[in-house]
Amino acid sequence: MSGLSQRHLIAIKDLEKSDIQLIFDTAKNFKEVLQRPIKKVPSLRDITIANLFFEDSTRTRISFELAEKRLSADTINFSASGSSVKKGETLLDTVNNILAMKVDMVVMRHSSSGAPQFLSKHIPAQIINAGDGTHEHPTQGLLDGYSVLEQFGSLKGLNYLIIGDIKHSRVAGSDIPLMLKMGAKVKVCGPPTLIPKYIEELGVSYEPNLKKALEWCDVANVLRIQLERMDTKFIPSLREYSLYYGVNRALLDSINKNITIMHPGPINRGVELDSDVADSKQSLILQQVENGVAIRMAVLYLLAGRV
Amino acid sequence: MAYSLFYLYLCNFPTMQKRVLIDSAQFLLIIDRLCHQLIEHHKNFENSVIIGVQPRGIMLSNRIAERLREIAPKLNILHGKLDITFYRDDFRMKGKPMTANETDIPFSLDDKQVILIDDVLYTGRTIRSALDAMLDFGRPKDVELLVLVDRRLHRHLPIEANYVGKVIDSITTEKVKVNWKETDGKDKIWIVNE
Repeated sequence: MSGLSQRHLIAIKDLEKSDIQLIFDTAKNFKEVLQRPIKKVPSLRDITIANLFFEDSTRTRISFELAEKRLSADTINFSASGSSVKKGETLLDTVNNILAMKVDMVVMRHSSSGAPQFLSKHIPAQIINAGDGTHEHPTQGLLDGYSVLEQFGSLKGLNYLIIGDIKHSRVAGSDIPLMLKMGAKVKVCGPPTLIPKYIEELGVSYEPNLKKALEWCDVANVLRIQLERMDTKFIPSLREYSLYYGVNRALLDSINKNITIMHPGPINRGVELDSDVADSKQSLILQQVENGVAIRMAVLYLLAGRV
Repeated sequence: MAYSLFYLYLCNFPTMQKRVLIDSAQFLLIIDRLCHQLIEHHKNFENSVIIGVQPRGIMLSNRIAERLREIAPKLNILHGKLDITFYRDDFRMKGKPMTANETDIPFSLDDKQVILIDDVLYTGRTIRSALDAMLDFGRPKDVELLVLVDRRLHRHLPIEANYVGKVIDSITTEKVKVNWKETDGKDKIWIVNE
């Protein structure tokens, strides 16, 4: 019986393999809790959690909020729009003011990479990163890993493919270290302009041809084209991207293998992923969302043990 | 050889004392008696279910369910497992979070007569948590408690067992350990002074 090695959850790369395994095991228990007639346990009833979303979010925010409520924690919600951030308050001031109201844990999403890391050095509360810029989105990485684990029984030796905008993706930033730590092989696929320059140094291979990449993999995680993070043109047009890197039914039928499709959401239907694939039995997308709550409950529960 | 054994005995004497309270023959008699008491009260188990409390209560509830089926093969006994980790009141007091076990109650507890089963009743806090946890699965008609060992002198809460294997008067520095044939090789109840 041991706890997590970290006090905060900022990045997957800080976690040990045993931490990830512990989170998966705990999530399994919480998944059972979520099947009960009363889907609530009193574990965190003395804990107050602030959800600070300096950037827009639907899934992650609702998922965290639900996880907190299922654990009986008190929550306060904050979003940058409509707050004093608009009046020029600094991040540290905003957070310190919120902490003055006796908050134990902070769940934060921010458009700047490294914002949670910075905060963890200056405030006493525990921090859970809910996505920082183009750096990491650790709970997404965990829930992706857990969903694949549920489907395949083990991550060891599995061929995991990530398709799309790897350069701007914090999901890839968390999925890659998680899958590698758990013994899976990782390949990325996408236009060369959207692939980080030294990606091979992480132990990841690159394949520019989508069909070849799909033939190699057991699971393909299709990422969203994030136009909001691109300050210059990385691709000629969405139409051209879709032509070369869009995953569609005809392409999946042309390869002689039944692969599992994932997507972190929100989907641009018809761009990176076609509707008939996203809504098919091959897709794990809704399981990912369902597992998201259990994974976040596990992370909150395990970190709260160290408050 | 004899001298060194005696030396070891002396070294260990003040720190660690063990004595067997119940050996395997008595153990089986106790399980038998508890089963017969249950049948006396619940007759054909039409509306009764047994729920073992994780982790150590499961060993006892498995054994009770198995023995009940031997004694009365026609009985249909519903048997659930309940984990109480997320309901504990000492969460965070131990410095690290406690790891949970499986909960498996594939039936509703509404209007059922529930028999909660745990190995040792000590402070009563585990049972308090178990009552809370159990209520998330329905509203039972009534709840009874069956324990193998009742350490009656150390209760923190007003909780008593309906069926008791053995009452033990012990002091707080002593620990009661239950060994199971399935996991430890032999059925036995020890009292250990640490």
